Amino acid sequence: MTETTSLHHTLPALDFLQGLQPVAHHHPWPRFRLDQAAWRDMREALARGTLSLLGLWADREEIHAAVLDHQSALLILSVVVEAGGFPSLSTQVPQAMRLERTIHDLFGHHPQAIPDERPWLDHGRWGVAQPLAEGRRVPVAPVEYPFLPVEGESLHQIPVGPVHAGIIEPGHFRFTASGETVVRLEERLGYLHRGIEQRLEGCDLLQGARLCGRISGDSTVAYALAFARAAEAATQTVPSPRSQALRGIMAEMERLANHFGDIGAICNDAAFAMLQAHFSMLREQILQIAEHCFGHRLLMDRIIPGGVTCGLTPEGSRRLSNWLKTVPNTLSKLVEVYDETPSLRDRMRNTGVLSSELARRFAAGGFVGRASARTFDARRNLPYPPYDRLDFQVPLLDSGDVNARVWIRIEEIRQSIPMLRRLLTMVEEGPLTTPLLAGGGEVREGCAVVESFRGDILLWLRLDSQNRILRCHARDPSWFQWPLLEAVVYGNIVADFPLCNKSFNCSYAGHDL
Amino acid sequence: MELMHDLLLQGWQMVLVVLIAPWITGVVRKTKARMLRKQGPSVLQPYRDLRRLLSKETLLAENASWLFRVAPYLIVSATWVAATLVPTFATGLPFSWVADLLAIVAILATARFFLALAGMDVGTSFGGIGSSREMMIASLAEPAMLFIVFTMAILAGTTRLSTIASVMASGTMGIRVSIGLSLFAMLIVALAENARIPVDNPATHLELTMVHEAMVLEYTGRHLAMIEIAASIKLVLFLSLISCLFFPLGMAQREDGWLAMGIGLVAYLLKINALACLLAIGESVMAKMRVFRVAELLSIAMLFGVLAVFLLFLSRGM
Repeated sequence: MTETTSLHHTLPALDFLQGLQPVAHHHPWPRFRLDQAAWRDMREALARGTLSLLGLWADREEIHAAVLDHQSALLILSVVVEAGGFPSLSTQVPQAMRLERTIHDLFGHHPQAIPDERPWLDHGRWGVAQPLAEGRRVPVAPVEYPFLPVEGESLHQIPVGPVHAGIIEPGHFRFTASGETVVRLEERLGYLHRGIEQRLEGCDLLQGARLCGRISGDSTVAYALAFARAAEAATQTVPSPRSQALRGIMAEMERLANHFGDIGAICNDAAFAMLQAHFSMLREQILQIAEHCFGHRLLMDRIIPGGVTCGLTPEGSRRLSNWLKTVPNTLSKLVEVYDETPSLRDRMRNTGVLSSELARRFAAGGFVGRASARTFDARRNLPYPPYDRLDFQVPLLDSGDVNARVWIRIEEIRQSIPMLRRLLTMVEEGPLTTPLLAGGGEVREGCAVVESFRGDILLWLRLDSQNRILRCHARDPSWFQWPLLEAVVYGNIVADFPLCNKSFNCSYAGHDL
Repeated sequence: MELMHDLLLQGWQMVLVVLIAPWITGVVRKTKARMLRKQGPSVLQPYRDLRRLLSKETLLAENASWLFRVAPYLIVSATWVAATLVPTFATGLPFSWVADLLAIVAILATARFFLALAGMDVGTSFGGIGSSREMMIASLAEPAMLFIVFTMAILAGTTRLSTIASVMASGTMGIRVSIGLSLFAMLIVALAENARIPVDNPATHLELTMVHEAMVLEYTGRHLAMIEIAASIKLVLFLSLISCLFFPLGMAQREDGWLAMGIGLVAYLLKINALACLLAIGESVMAKMRVFRVAELLSIAMLFGVLAVFLLFLSRGM
């Protein structure tokens, strides 16, 4: 298995790592503690593009960064907070900006020289400031949030949300438009902050899996899997091949359901309801099969640390394999309609173009990155079971428009179908769960990167010797996609924003946490 | 007696357009739902919606002026008057001497003017966007509509709708290219005027893409009911206009007996229901256009209108 051998990954040749020893009990990737000078060197490497940032979070004493080098080795690099602050990365790495503002909101660690000092998730409505900071309970009142100033002739502002005309998640969008053309879009998020990271502290692993499965409901399988894998890494547990295959089936079913839903919803935003009706039917079919297979339509609470809670019913297995026979045909007919309706094509092409340069600099995951030539897919680049035993392609396009993001989804569906067929044959006899070992008195840390339908989820976990959670951080793929939406809308017309937004389909809940 | 008969007919026509307006909206929605392989709400649902809206409390924005409160009634009455002027099942009714095509265009423009003002009255950004888009679309749709009127006027020698319908019904016109061009232009104008796909999407929940819906976002209760019924009547108006100008089959004359009137009525109902179904089918196979593409679409309508007039001049050797 890859997990136990992972420490023997060839480490990237980074000068600032010279002579450092990895922190003990951190799996599967090594964690290094840097001094402030080495942290700045890391910032340089991130700015040059030799490394890309996959996550940035804090605990009470340290700031942690997950960085990926081009040989696809992941490293966790930490710096100790000194005098309540740490050197900001966002002076050179804009991708880190919102994460650093969040660290300040939650812990009060000050990112030194950060270009944007405004709070991010904290709207002053939590009752306390810096809820995760040690010992301090400072009451606060809501404050006015200054939006970035815009100057120019005949510009007007359009505030949208957080309450929308449709039933969707809350988020505020501040458009500045010149006539119908968007000059600037500024997002404001954080309305769905539920304090999940704080709630997770002190939970046992089963409670943790339950809570993590609810961070973003549409990716409940991916989040539960990320949590389970991080816990298994920390405790050095290897689940049975049977449960690994079952997890793969669940993850791919979730991906299919969401991609079907997304493609339909994008078409509906161009007022082409016919395709949405058909894609909704496909989505409903897979949800019903999920209910038959595992007893839950959205597969919530089916993955736990150590394995899965239920096996595949023979009835469900039969239904799934029958469905897999019919769906490629149905799909190709729908794709033909999508591709050959001129009015639809006109709306999709060249709308909301994301440059490959921006996708790379923000390490955008999922269909957002892969539609703009960023090849990263956690299933391929940081392989985990059962994908290390599967043969599949990672679709890639470079046009970066709404159409490309739809096409990546279509191609991913086409990859998932044979993957599911193969996974069904891999379900062998074996235990559903493997018990997790408690530690011998030491604190252990684990990290996992899992590909949700939306992109890579990073989950980092610190357990005490009784396997209780000391600190858990989950970074949703949307963190690196939301900022790009602002860039993509620039120069488009106001009425095309819903289309761009739906093609990104970022999570509010996963981001606000 | 004669007068009684006339007034009765005219009154019946006035009531008819209001009575069937929600039905036609229901037919469009039902057909669209069936096209999407959904069950869809009952055809009678728009009537229930109106009853619900009328019984609900009406909320007003704090800064709403008298205009905001008056506009729904002005809009519904203007639209109703315009719809009354269009011959439905019979021509030559007593009011038909005022039933001028130009007058109908003008009355509709008045209703639109008030709707756009009301959209801006409360000062929300969506209302403003809606009004500005509506006026952009109107400024392109109205000239196209006028050219259609000119074509008809040249053919029939009058802008009086009733006479035009009689001339068209008489069959003396034969098949003319100009009529075909006008029909095409008329269909585009009707889509734009009624805020249908590909110009606007009446079913959307996306504030940023709305045109008509954006202007009426702030309306509630009986005000919203007025706006809704006005939109339904306008749809009936355009469907009636298309059927009386281009498909005047079965229309009764003023002096005809009750039997002919009955036939005219049945024919009329069949025609507008069929047109409503066609509209729903058309909307189902098309995506909405980008806002600025609408200008191109309406320019095509205008071009067809101009061509229709031009060809008439040519064929008459003027």
